[in-house]
Amino acid sequence: MLKIVNLHAGVEGNEILKGIDLEVNAGEVHAIMGPNGSGKSTLASVIAGKEEFEVTEGQVLLNGEDLEDSAPEERAHKGIFLSFQYPVEIPGVTVTNFMKTAINESRKARGEEEMPANQMLKKIREKAELLEIDRKFLSRSLNEGFSGGEKKRNEIFQMAMLEPKLAILDETDSGLDIDALRIVANGVNKLKSQDNAVIVITHYQRLLDYIVPDFVHVLNDGKIVKSGTKELALELEEKGYDWIKNETVA
Amino acid sequence: MAIDLKEKLVSSFMAFENKVNVDDPVHEIRLGAIKNFESRGFPTSKEEAWKYTSLRKLQKTNFSVFPKKSKTLEYKEVKKYFLHEIDTYKIVFVDGVYSSYLSETTHDGVDVCLMSSALSKAMYRQLIDLYFNKVASKEEQMTSLNTAFSREGAYIYIPRNKAPLKPIEIIHFATGTEASLMLQPRNLIIAEENAELQIIESHVSLTDNEILTNAVTEIFAAENAIVDFYKVQNDRHSSSLIDNTYIAQKSKSTVRVHTFSFGGKLTRNNLNFYQEGSHIDSTLKGVTIIGEKQHVDHHTLVHHQQPDSESHQDYKGIYGEKSTGVFNGKIIVDEIAQKTNAFQQNNNILISDKATINTKPQLEIFADDVKCSHGCTIGQLDDDAMFYLQSRGIPKKEATALLMYAFTDDVMSSVRIPELKNRINNLIAEKLGVKMGFDL
Repeated sequence: MLKIVNLHAGVEGNEILKGIDLEVNAGEVHAIMGPNGSGKSTLASVIAGKEEFEVTEGQVLLNGEDLEDSAPEERAHKGIFLSFQYPVEIPGVTVTNFMKTAINESRKARGEEEMPANQMLKKIREKAELLEIDRKFLSRSLNEGFSGGEKKRNEIFQMAMLEPKLAILDETDSGLDIDALRIVANGVNKLKSQDNAVIVITHYQRLLDYIVPDFVHVLNDGKIVKSGTKELALELEEKGYDWIKNETVA
Repeated sequence: MAIDLKEKLVSSFMAFENKVNVDDPVHEIRLGAIKNFESRGFPTSKEEAWKYTSLRKLQKTNFSVFPKKSKTLEYKEVKKYFLHEIDTYKIVFVDGVYSSYLSETTHDGVDVCLMSSALSKAMYRQLIDLYFNKVASKEEQMTSLNTAFSREGAYIYIPRNKAPLKPIEIIHFATGTEASLMLQPRNLIIAEENAELQIIESHVSLTDNEILTNAVTEIFAAENAIVDFYKVQNDRHSSSLIDNTYIAQKSKSTVRVHTFSFGGKLTRNNLNFYQEGSHIDSTLKGVTIIGEKQHVDHHTLVHHQQPDSESHQDYKGIYGEKSTGVFNGKIIVDEIAQKTNAFQQNNNILISDKATINTKPQLEIFADDVKCSHGCTIGQLDDDAMFYLQSRGIPKKEATALLMYAFTDDVMSSVRIPELKNRINNLIAEKLGVKMGFDL
C-alpha cells in the first residue's frame, strides 16, 4: 500500500529525514519509535504532504502512485489520514459541521454525490458511540477548549468518519490517561481491517500494549536503524534509546 | 470644466432650503451646519483623522445632489436584500426617497417611521427639539454636510419599557437613474428607559453607477436601554460610504454596534460613543474582508465620562490584493471616570503582499484607577491550521473559509439575530467563492 524509497526531506535546507525505506501492506500495523528529534513527526507530515517540508530525494508511493505532486487534501482523498499530535482549534465551526465539510469535500473529489443528511447523522452517531463521545460534544467548536484527551479522541473519531486506507497516528498516546488510551486504542482496533493499514508513531511502548504492531521500526537521526517485531518495542522500553544510539555508533 | 463638489453642494443648499419649510425647527441647525461646511470644506489628508483616507477623487465626481426621479422597484427585484419577508419592520429608501411600497413601518406603541415626518409634524416637535443633532458633531465637516441636508432617513422612537415586535431593517437602494448620485440619509434612534431594539442597516446599489453616501445616525440610549445596531456594508465597487454614527448612553444602558465591511470602493466609519453615566456597556465590533483596491477605514471613539463603565472593541480585518485598511481606535477616560474598563482589540490578516493596514490605538487616560488594554496584530493565515484542515480532505479555498470563520468568531458570536449571522457567514463564503454546506 505505502512504499517509501530512500526518502530525504528537510526544512529550509536542514535535512531531517536522511534516507528512509519503508513498506506497509494492507492489513498491517507498523510502529515507528524513536527518541525526540529523530524525525518521527516529520516523517508523518511528509507522508501527509505538509508543504513546509521539502523532499530532496526519494519517493513516497501510495499503491504505486508517486505522491510528490499531490496536495495534502488530495492525499486525504486518496485515503491517507494523519492524526495530529497537536490538533488545531477552529472556533465557530462545530465538530459536526467540520465532519460534514471534510466528508463531502472528499466525496466531491471522488466524483460522488454529497452524503444525504440522514445518512451523515447516522454515521456520526455510530462513530461517536464507538469512541464513547457524548452527543453534546459534537456541537462544540472543533478542538476549542477540548482537553488533551478529548482532542485525541476527536482525532480518532474523525478517522472513523473518514475511513482512510492508511492512518498515521502521531503521538496519539501523549496526554492520554489510561481510560482514554483504552477507548482510543479500542476505536483504532475496531477500524482495523485487512484492507487498511496503520502506522503508529510513539515515543513509548505503552500504546503498543493496546494497538499491537506487526512490525516495529526504530528511527534515529532521520534513519530507520532497526526493524523487528513487537518484541523490539519491549526491548527498547527496557534498554532505553541510548541502547540504539550506542549500537548505531558502534 | 472641473467639478468642485463643495461649490456644488453649497450652492445646492439654497435650492434645498426652498424645497423644505424654512420655518422648520431645524432650519437654524441646517443653516449653521452649511456655514461650518462652507468654511471648513471637505476633510483633507493633512488632518490626522483623515491621514489614510482621501476624499479627493470623490470631490471631482459630478454627483447629483437631488435625483430627478426615482424608479419604482418591484418587491421581487430586491427581495433578496431583505433579511426577512415578514419578520422585520422595514424602512426602505430608493435613491434617497422613501418607498412606502417596500416598507413596513409601525406606530403601534413604538414609532418606526420616517425622519421627514418627524421633522415636519408638530407631534414630534418636542422630541426633535430634545434629540435632533444633540450628539452629532457640530465641527466635523462630513457630519455638518449631512446635517445641512438632513431631511430623510429613519426615525425610531421606543418609549419606556417597550420593545418592537421584530428587528428593524433600514435599507437604502440606489437604482442608477443618475450617472452618479450623492445620498445623505439621516437617522435618529431614541430608546427610552428600559427599551430594547435591534436594527440592521444596509446600502445597496443596483447598478454600477457611482454612489456616494454620507450618512449620519444619532442614537440615544436612556437608562437600562439595550440597542443592537448591525451595519452591513456589502455594496458594489462603484459605491462609497461615509458613515457617521454618534451614540449617547445613560447609566446601565447597553449599545452594541457591529459593522461588517465587505464591499464598496471607499468606506469610512466614524463611530462615536459618549458614555454619560455609570455601569454602561458599549460594544464596538467589526469584520472587514476586502480585496482588489477597496479601502475601509474604522475610526472609533469611546469617551468615558463617568465612573464604573465598560467598553469592548474588537475589530477583525482580512485584506487581500491591493486593498487598504485603517483602524484608529481612540479611548478617552475623563479624570472622574474611575474604575473604567476599556478593552480594544484589532487583529488583521494580510493575504496578499500588496495589501496594507494602518492600525493605531489612541488612549487618553486622565483617571488613575482604570483598566485599559489594547492590542493589535497583523499576520497571515496559520500554516499549521491550514495543513490540519487540508489533511482532512478540505481544499485550500474551503479551508481558508473555515479559518476565516474561526478568525472572526469573536465578533460573530455576539450577533444576536441568527438569520443575520447566517447571512453574514454566507457573504464571507461568497467573497471567497466557496459554498459551505452548512449554517454556522
